[in-house]
Amino acid sequence: MTDTTRTEPEAVPVTINGTAIEAKPGELLIDAAERHGVYIPRFCYHPRMRPVGMCRMCLVEVDTGRGPALQPSCMIPVAPGMTVDTESEATRKAQDGVLEFLLLNHPLDCPVCDKGGECPLQDQTLAFGPGESRMVEQKRHFEKPIPISDLVYLDRERCILCDRCTRFADEVAGDPLITFVDRGDHTQVNTFPDQPFASYFSGNTVQLCPVGALTAVPYRFRARPWDLEQVESTCTFCSVGCRIAVQSSTNRLVRHLGVDVDPVNWGWLCDKGRFGFEGVNSDDRLGRPLVRAGDTLAEATWAEALEAAAGAIRAGLDAGGPGAVAVLGGARLTNEDAYAWAKLAKSVVGTDNVDAQIGDGLPAEVVLGLPRATIDEVCAARTVVLLGPDLKEELPVLYLRLRDAAVEKGVRIVEVSPHDTGLTEVATVALRHRPGEAAAAVRAALDGAGDDPRVARAAELLAEGDVAVVLGRPSLAEAPDAVVAAASLLAARLPGVRFLPVLRRANVHGALDLGLAPGVLPGRVDLDAGRPWFEARWGAVPASRGLDATGILTAAAEGAIETLVLLGADPLRDFPDARLAQGALERVPRIVAVDCFLTESSRRAHVVLPAAAFGERSGTTTNIEGRVSVLNQKVTPPGTARADWMIAVELAHRLGADLGLDSLDGIWAEIESVAPAHAGLARARLLAADGLDGVVVPLSDHHEAGADRRPLAQTEAPEVTAADTHMGPESVATTLPGGETVPSVPRSPSGASGATMPEQIAEAAAAGDAAREAEAPEEAAALEAAAQQAAVEAATEDAGEGDVSAPVEHGPDRPPLLAFEPVEAGPAPPVDAYSLRLVSGRKLYDQGTLVQHAPSLAGLAPGAHLRVNPYDLDRLGLHTGDGATLRSARGSVVVEVEADPGVARGSALLPFNQPGVSAAALIDATARVTEVRLETRAGGGGA
Amino acid sequence: MARLTPDNVARAQEIIGRYPRPRSALIPLLHLAQEQDGWVSPEAMGHIGELLGLTAAEVLGTCSFYEMFKREPVGRYVVNVCTSISCHLLGGDELLHHVEERLGVRSGGTTPDGRFTVNHVECIAACTEAPCLQVNYRYFHKVTPDAVDALLDDLAAGRRDDEVPPHGTLTRVRQQVPAGRWAGRGAEGLPPDRTSLGGDG
Repeated sequence: MTDTTRTEPEAVPVTINGTAIEAKPGELLIDAAERHGVYIPRFCYHPRMRPVGMCRMCLVEVDTGRGPALQPSCMIPVAPGMTVDTESEATRKAQDGVLEFLLLNHPLDCPVCDKGGECPLQDQTLAFGPGESRMVEQKRHFEKPIPISDLVYLDRERCILCDRCTRFADEVAGDPLITFVDRGDHTQVNTFPDQPFASYFSGNTVQLCPVGALTAVPYRFRARPWDLEQVESTCTFCSVGCRIAVQSSTNRLVRHLGVDVDPVNWGWLCDKGRFGFEGVNSDDRLGRPLVRAGDTLAEATWAEALEAAAGAIRAGLDAGGPGAVAVLGGARLTNEDAYAWAKLAKSVVGTDNVDAQIGDGLPAEVVLGLPRATIDEVCAARTVVLLGPDLKEELPVLYLRLRDAAVEKGVRIVEVSPHDTGLTEVATVALRHRPGEAAAAVRAALDGAGDDPRVARAAELLAEGDVAVVLGRPSLAEAPDAVVAAASLLAARLPGVRFLPVLRRANVHGALDLGLAPGVLPGRVDLDAGRPWFEARWGAVPASRGLDATGILTAAAEGAIETLVLLGADPLRDFPDARLAQGALERVPRIVAVDCFLTESSRRAHVVLPAAAFGERSGTTTNIEGRVSVLNQKVTPPGTARADWMIAVELAHRLGADLGLDSLDGIWAEIESVAPAHAGLARARLLAADGLDGVVVPLSDHHEAGADRRPLAQTEAPEVTAADTHMGPESVATTLPGGETVPSVPRSPSGASGATMPEQIAEAAAAGDAAREAEAPEEAAALEAAAQQAAVEAATEDAGEGDVSAPVEHGPDRPPLLAFEPVEAGPAPPVDAYSLRLVSGRKLYDQGTLVQHAPSLAGLAPGAHLRVNPYDLDRLGLHTGDGATLRSARGSVVVEVEADPGVARGSALLPFNQPGVSAAALIDATARVTEVRLETRAGGGGA
Repeated sequence: MARLTPDNVARAQEIIGRYPRPRSALIPLLHLAQEQDGWVSPEAMGHIGELLGLTAAEVLGTCSFYEMFKREPVGRYVVNVCTSISCHLLGGDELLHHVEERLGVRSGGTTPDGRFTVNHVECIAACTEAPCLQVNYRYFHKVTPDAVDALLDDLAAGRRDDEVPPHGTLTRVRQQVPAGRWAGRGAEGLPPDRTSLGGDG
């Protein structure tokens, strides 16, 4: 176990049921007992929340020298010499009594309860309860389930008042919208009238509830726990990389549960990740390839469609050479898919006009080159600088982790943003700046310039060192250069600072890592630096650096792109600049779309190839930290939709090339041997007990031991064990034995066998030791690689001057990893006193394709109000609730304005991609900032 | 019924200022709201939440814990008749029935004119003076049916205003703590620090 590897002050000797154990100082008795194999029943206790001793179920006989007495083991820390009896007659009687009490008012409507079959109250009553009740009186009655939010129903009759949901809402989510109301035997959990539990995290309360009092609307009456099959996977509805249990019934996804992993999500999920699977189940999913015939898209066979797609690429090449072909998108892809597509685009087609980001992120070199921090490292820093979007909206579970760090661990947050975000209320200092002036704000904070006490306080905090930076794109309405310059300043002025890049889309970090960006090659390598290495392995590499998304669309609008491949990208809806996207898609002669849905953009394609979505394909994914973790297939894709890598292989074949990729194992083996950042990370490691939480690449930077854990052992639903060995019928196709397909490339001997991942997981679970032994040579290889790297690092220390961001050599031939090159801050854009600067960020629920195809989530998009500082609103003579016209050089929209002191003066905040108002109609993606004017609708005064 | 009046908001700020943390003022502010309206309306709970940086649900949770905070409108006079053992033995139940008949409402009800609410209550700790009752928590001891008739007449006619203020008013001596001696910063302490850099234009 990991506890023996840590240096501990000293162990606390405790005797439990006659066995002497060593507990950790300060550890709660209930935890110490569980770690040593003694399970004490409980309802209210949850290891991720503060203990409250509400339910009394964990009463055990404790003797600290004054004779045995019943005490709640979730409330008392261990003490030396403590003697505990969890099986004594007194304990048993107490458990009987408590359960009889808890069941006094419980309706026992188990046959119609979602929780039936996986219910802690059921299970513990069976294991520890009296079996019958003396209660003959009327039970208390409430209106049966009442909706407490759009996603959660509450049945107060079933509730045992354990305080888990209410504690979660208050302590963890910071949305104390449910509470105990009334008292005594009238106590109930409820919301304030007409104020629903509208939390982004409400679904967690359903998973936490130890009875069936809270049920999720999307799951109610859909399945029985014993009918569910499940695999462990990683959520890809954003890029945090939460581990989840994906559960299905009759080959349809029915539920996601959070899996408790220490380094990432602690068991929590946001509601988008929890309920987004509905989009995968949508009837609108593409199941057949489509080929354009005149004005319509008609169903075609794969052979016809692939031929048409390959023909479109060939025609593009003939018309304008490799530079006339561009690939946009790829965040939806798995790592294996991304590698196959990068190889197809960059070696077969020969174009570097490839970008997995759709104009909404940061330059790839910055993301890949900055010294990276893990989530744990950020949450353990003394000070965290937030320089990016509203994390509560974009990466909700990262928000939970940072909120916990600030509230529970005293981490100081310095927020530099144009507007208040979800973390503002727990930030130590919040500095506001106008769009385009992030670098100036950071410079002021570093210098402590001016007489603003808050700037001085920020300077103090930064000067104390041990700083981590969360870096993202603060607004879609400004170019990333300001925030990149701000990051450069921080990197230059704060020695040892590390960055956590927070690009939002599913596997965008994996896609960038594996070369789906201009100027980079797989494994975080610069195009020029990696040319010899990749030419030797791929045969060909683009001659020069290509265009990013904005560049591609600009070129397309000018007629310089002949064929555009949309890899799950929907620029018409997602690209910040609607007019540019519109112009580009109208002008491009040939569009090939690989997508799960017909989107606004793919509707215009000439060929549409249906792709497998989340839960329908296996592979790996990479999160914001660079943590690679395993995705597992649970259900079959609709129709003949298939994994993106297969489509890449087929297209390459029709273009007269062989990618040499024929299985997921084979692709990973090639990634491991070719991509410098992924060197030494064998697939087997990810499937072994200590790799389930994911492994951060490159290994040399963050070689963490990883927690040994059985798959799903720590889920909140340990009872759900139905079929973790299940293998989807189609998964055979995606997991062909791959081993030795890549010649001339050294790879570690053991490799991954041809076994499917679920099988391997099952094996690991069944025989953890055996699995670990099997994996031992792998680990040895990894260690060897690490040692080798250390030696190389030592040798090149001079060149790097000990800088953490210095390039690291990976073996004699390997190209160095990209290193961050600081960007000088340009002069701030000139202020136009008559304009406001537009700020536009995303909300958790928007008009994105998956959200809109998930019926439970589609209606939750809040719509868009324009938020402006009251100072500016007064100047314009406008009031909250007024309608106004917002005009930029690109276009105009009609909005309702709202005063918000949390928005920096001189700015206007309008959420992106919301129903009713299109922020994209205003944004100029080629400008540094987007200036807007606000006009009263009567046509009066401007600003 | 509604949010706190401007006068009461000023009082609320003063009360909040006494405490190191704003939420400590929750119960005093609930009293303030009840004094204003005679009961604690949902709007008042929401307003108190705004003043203290709490959600309305948190205010409701505390408010509903205490029996003396009324979450439904009550009469100007709340008459609590004790029916516990000592009063019961000395005619408390008869007294309750008398009051009910006299006012024409059952226990728990409010007269249509909004003047009286009648409740039967458990022991109010005046057993030596049984049977007893309270009007707006002011005690009346050894009450006979005749005495209660006279009392209700007096109350209806406003002849007891000095002795029995309207429901919600617990005291007529209001404590004042000068700002210099506050332990907190009042409602100003609520929003987190923020500043605008170069954003004055």
